[in-house]
Amino acid sequence: MSTPQYSLIGTRPPRHDGADKVTGRALYGADLKMSGLLHGSILRSPHAHARILSIDTSKAAAHPDCRGIVTAADFPATPERIVDLGEGETPLSYIRGNMLASGKVLYEGHAVAAVAATSAQAAAEIAKLIEMKYEPLPCVLTAPAAMAPGAPLLHPDLRCKEFGQPTTAPSNVADHFRQVMGNSEEGFAQADIVIEREFTTSTVHQGYIEPHTATALWNNDGRLLIWCATQGSFVVRDSVACMLDLPVSRVRVTPMEIGGGFGGKVPVYVEPVAALLSQKTGHPVKITMTRREVLEGSGPTPGSFIRVKIGAKKDGTLVAAQAYLAYEAGAYPGAMVSPAATCVFAAYDIPNQTIDGYDVVVNKPSTAPYRAPGATNAAFATETVLDEIAETLKLDPLDLRIRNAAKEGTRRADGAKFRRIGCLEVLETMKAHPHYSAPLGEPSHAAAQRGRGVAVGFWMNAGLPSSCTLNVHADGSVGLIEGSTDIGGSRTSIAMQAAEVLGLQSEDMRPSVVDTDTIGYTGVTGGSRTTFATGWAAHDAAQDVVRQMKERAARLWQVEEVQFANGVFTGGEHKLTFKQLAARVGEIGAPVVGRASVNPRGAGGSFAGVIVDVEVDMETGKTSIIRFTSVQDAGKAIHPSYVEGQMQGGSVQGIGWALNEEYFMSAEGRMMNASFLDYRMPTALDVPMIDTAIVEVPNPVHPYGVRGVGEANIVAPPAAIANAIHAATGHRMRHLPMNPPSVMAAILRG
Amino acid sequence: MKSFDYAAPRTLDEALSLVAQNPQAQVLAGGTDLLVQLKNGRRETDLVIDLKRIAELKTIAFDPKKGLTVGAAVPCAQLCAHADLRQHYPSLAEVAGLIGGTAIQGRASLGGNLCNAAPSADSVPLMIALAAQARVAGPQGIRDVPVEDFCVAPGKNLLAPGEFLVNIFFPIPAAGFHAQYLRFTPRNEMDIAVVGVGVSTRVENGKITAARIALASVAPTPLFVKEAGDSLIGQAPTPEAIAQAASLAQAAAKPISDMRAPADYRRHLCGVLTRRALTAALAQ
Repeated sequence: MSTPQYSLIGTRPPRHDGADKVTGRALYGADLKMSGLLHGSILRSPHAHARILSIDTSKAAAHPDCRGIVTAADFPATPERIVDLGEGETPLSYIRGNMLASGKVLYEGHAVAAVAATSAQAAAEIAKLIEMKYEPLPCVLTAPAAMAPGAPLLHPDLRCKEFGQPTTAPSNVADHFRQVMGNSEEGFAQADIVIEREFTTSTVHQGYIEPHTATALWNNDGRLLIWCATQGSFVVRDSVACMLDLPVSRVRVTPMEIGGGFGGKVPVYVEPVAALLSQKTGHPVKITMTRREVLEGSGPTPGSFIRVKIGAKKDGTLVAAQAYLAYEAGAYPGAMVSPAATCVFAAYDIPNQTIDGYDVVVNKPSTAPYRAPGATNAAFATETVLDEIAETLKLDPLDLRIRNAAKEGTRRADGAKFRRIGCLEVLETMKAHPHYSAPLGEPSHAAAQRGRGVAVGFWMNAGLPSSCTLNVHADGSVGLIEGSTDIGGSRTSIAMQAAEVLGLQSEDMRPSVVDTDTIGYTGVTGGSRTTFATGWAAHDAAQDVVRQMKERAARLWQVEEVQFANGVFTGGEHKLTFKQLAARVGEIGAPVVGRASVNPRGAGGSFAGVIVDVEVDMETGKTSIIRFTSVQDAGKAIHPSYVEGQMQGGSVQGIGWALNEEYFMSAEGRMMNASFLDYRMPTALDVPMIDTAIVEVPNPVHPYGVRGVGEANIVAPPAAIANAIHAATGHRMRHLPMNPPSVMAAILRG
Repeated sequence: MKSFDYAAPRTLDEALSLVAQNPQAQVLAGGTDLLVQLKNGRRETDLVIDLKRIAELKTIAFDPKKGLTVGAAVPCAQLCAHADLRQHYPSLAEVAGLIGGTAIQGRASLGGNLCNAAPSADSVPLMIALAAQARVAGPQGIRDVPVEDFCVAPGKNLLAPGEFLVNIFFPIPAAGFHAQYLRFTPRNEMDIAVVGVGVSTRVENGKITAARIALASVAPTPLFVKEAGDSLIGQAPTPEAIAQAASLAQAAAKPISDMRAPADYRRHLCGVLTRRALTAALAQ
C-alpha cells in the first residue's frame, strides 16, 4: 500500500484542553459545587469475608449533621435477572452487590452503607456511628487456593460453566473454557525441546491519580442527573439505570475531566450510591473516594497463576504450546481471562495449541480492566519461556521471535485469523534499533551487573459504537461534539481526523465532550478504541459536512458540480475556501451540521515490543532500569506525541508492575499497603527517558489506517525486564513483582 | 477526621503552659506526620498546638567552637540551604534533603522526625551517629537527652506530659571525623527506608579513634549499636575491620516482616549497608 499524503495527520498541534489543564482550570468531578450539595461517605467492611448479621443505623441517623443513610435494602425491589452491561452476562445481584453488600461482605473495603451529611468530614464521622455486626468467615486469596477442594465458597449460588455448559456443584470457579487448535500432544512429540514453567503474578492497581468521584441529583421531575469521572458516560448511564431499575431516558450522565483511568474507570462504584442518597435526601450528593478506598474498594487487575509449555524444533520453529491460565476475578466473576487466552500466544504462528482459562472468585476487590487486561500476566509467562528456549537453542531472542512471528492469515487458538498486522515489522524494528546493538555500558559500582532483555506483546483492541456531530460556524471554525471522555489527548487526535477532511487546522476545531443527552451513543474510552472509532466517526461526519457545503456552494454558484480539494471548493470559475464558504452559509440556506455514527469491526490489533537494559545490585537485589525502548505498531500515528505518550505511559506502568507494585495482603485478607507511599508505583526518578519507535503498518479497514495504541505497550515490559534480570544475574524470575527481596533471595539461593 | 482546636503560641513560656494545661493536645512542628495521622485516624485530638511561631524552635545557631543548634521546627529545606551546616555537617544537609519531596521539605523538621519516633526515621540514625543531644522543655525546666535514648517504642518518645522538644544540638566535628547515612528503598525516592544506617568515624594517624553506628527500620526504635562502633576503635580502616563491624550491626538487628520487606532481607541489608556506609565515611 502506498503511503497517502496528509497535511495535518501525523503532525503535533497543541491539545485543545492543554491550557485549562496546565493552569488548573479544567473541571474535574471533585471540583463540582452546587447549591444544597451534600457529601456522601461510604462505610466499608473491615473483613475479607463475613456474614452481615445486622446493620444498626440509629446512632448515625440521630447525628444532627446526618441527612440520609442507605444500604443495599434501598435498591428497588426487583426480581433477580441476568444483565449484560458490556462485560458479559452477570446476575443483577452481583452488580448491585459490589455497590452495597447484601448478606455477605466479600472483601475488605466492600461497601455496606453510605451516609449523606452537610460536610465530607461529618459524613465520614457519621459513617463510623453505623453499628455493624459481622460473623467473620474464612477467606481465600489466590486462584489455586480458591480452586482447591474444600475451599471456602464466596457465592453459594455460583456454579462453574465448564466448556460452555452449566455444572451442578458449587464452586469458586465461574468459568472454565478451553481453546484448541491442532493437536498439542502431537506437536510436543515433534519438538526437540519442550519447556514448561509456572508463574504467579500479584494483584496490581491501575493507580490513576484522580480518585473515583460522582455527584448525583435525583431531580424533582424524576430525572437522575450524574456528574462523574468515567471512561464511558453511556456505560455509567446504562449501569445506573439497570441497578436502579430506571429507563435509560431517566438518567443523564455528564462526564467531567478525568484524571486517569487505564480501564479502572469503566465500572461504576459511587454513582448508584450517590443516586440513592440523593433520592433519599432530595439534595445533590457528592461522593469522592479516599486513596485507601480506591485501592481497597475499586477494581484492581487480577493476580494470576499461569503454566505455559512451549515446544520448538532445533532451528527454533515453534510447534506446540499449552497454557493454563487461572485468573483471580476478585469478589465477583469476570477475571478477563478470555482476553488473556486470546493474547497468550498471539504473537506467534504455532500450529498446535491448547489453552485452558479459569475465572476464579477470591476475597479481594472485584477486578476491573487494566490496560490490555489479562495480557500482561500471560505475556510474562510466554515471553519468559521463549527467552529460555532461545537461550537453550543458542538463538538470538529476536531471531527466534521473527522466525515464528504471526502474520496476515495466521490463525489464533480462539479461531480468529489475523488480517494485516505489524508483528513482524515491530520485531524487525527492534532488531535494527541502535539500542539492540549498543554496548551495555559499565556497571555503576563493583556489586552491580547489567543485562538486556526483549519481549513482545499484543492487544486486539476494540471497535464499539461512536458518534460525532460537527457544527460549522460562520468564521469557518467547526464545533466537534463527541462522547469520548478525553484521557490521553483524544479531543485533538479526533478533531485532527475531521480537520484533515475539511482542509482545516487543528486550531480551527472546537471539540467538546458532552453528556449522554447531547450526543449519540458512544462506547467507553477503552480498548484503545477512541482515536480509532470516534476518530472514524469524526472523519465520516466531516465528509457529511463536505457534502452539505458542496450543496450550498452549488446553490450559491448555480452550478451542477462542485469539487472540494485541499480545503478549497471549486465550481466552474468559482472558488471559495472552506472558511469563505462557511461565512456565506447563512445567506444560502440552513446551517451546516455534519454527523456520523459508526460501529466498526476490525480494530486491527497492535503489537508492541520492548528492549530494556537493567542493572541489578547483586548485594541488595534492586533492579534499576538503565535504558528502555518501546516499539509499537500504531497503524497510522494521527498525533505522534500522543502515541509516544501512550507508549511511555504503558511502559512506566509495566515497569511498576514488574518491579514493585503489588497488593500486599495479610493472611486475613487485609491490604497492608493501601497508600501510594507503600503501594510502590514508580516515580519520575525510577525510570529513564522511555525511548519510542512508532511502526506504521496501516490498519486496512480504517480511513487513515489507525490502530489503537493505548494498551499493547504495557504487555511486554514485565517479561522483558525478567529476561534482562536473567541476563544480568543468571536467575529466572517467575513471580511478579520482581522486587528487591525476591531478586536477592534468588541470588542468595545461587 | 474529628474537628480540633488550634493554638499557635509565640513564646516558650506560653507554649509550656498550654502544653501543661492540655496534656492530651498534639504538638505540631511541620505537621507532615501529624496531619496525615489525624486524617487517617491513627491519632485523635481536640487541640493541636503549633510550635513553629516560637523563635527558639525556628533558629539554626552555629558556634564554631561548640557546635550546631537546630530548632525543633526548622524545616529541612532551610537546613539544606544553610552554609555552615553544609560545610561542617554535610551528612546532615544530605539527610535533610532525603526526607520526603521538595514540598514536604518545606515543612518537615528534624525535631518532628525525632518526636514521631518511627523506627524508619531517616534522620535519627545519623543524629545518633553525630552524638546529638535533644533539649527538652517541660514543667520541671530544661533537660538534655542523648538522641539514642529519645525514642522508646514505635511512635512513642520519652517526653513526659507537658514536655516538648526545643532543639537538637550537634557537637562540632573533630579533625578526621566523617559521617554518612545510607538507606535502602525499593523506589529511589518517596519511599520509607527498608533499612537505614547512620555511621560516623574519626581517623587519626591511620587509626580509627571514634565510631558510632545506628540503624533504622530493624527494631522497635532507631537502634544505636554501640558494640559495632566500638569494635572499630583502635583499628586501621581495613575491609576486615569494616566487615566485622558490619556483622555486629547485622547481629544486633531485630527486624520484623511487613509489607515493606521481609525480616531476613532487612537483616541481610544491615550488613551490606553498614559496610557501604563505613567504607564511604572512611574514604572521605
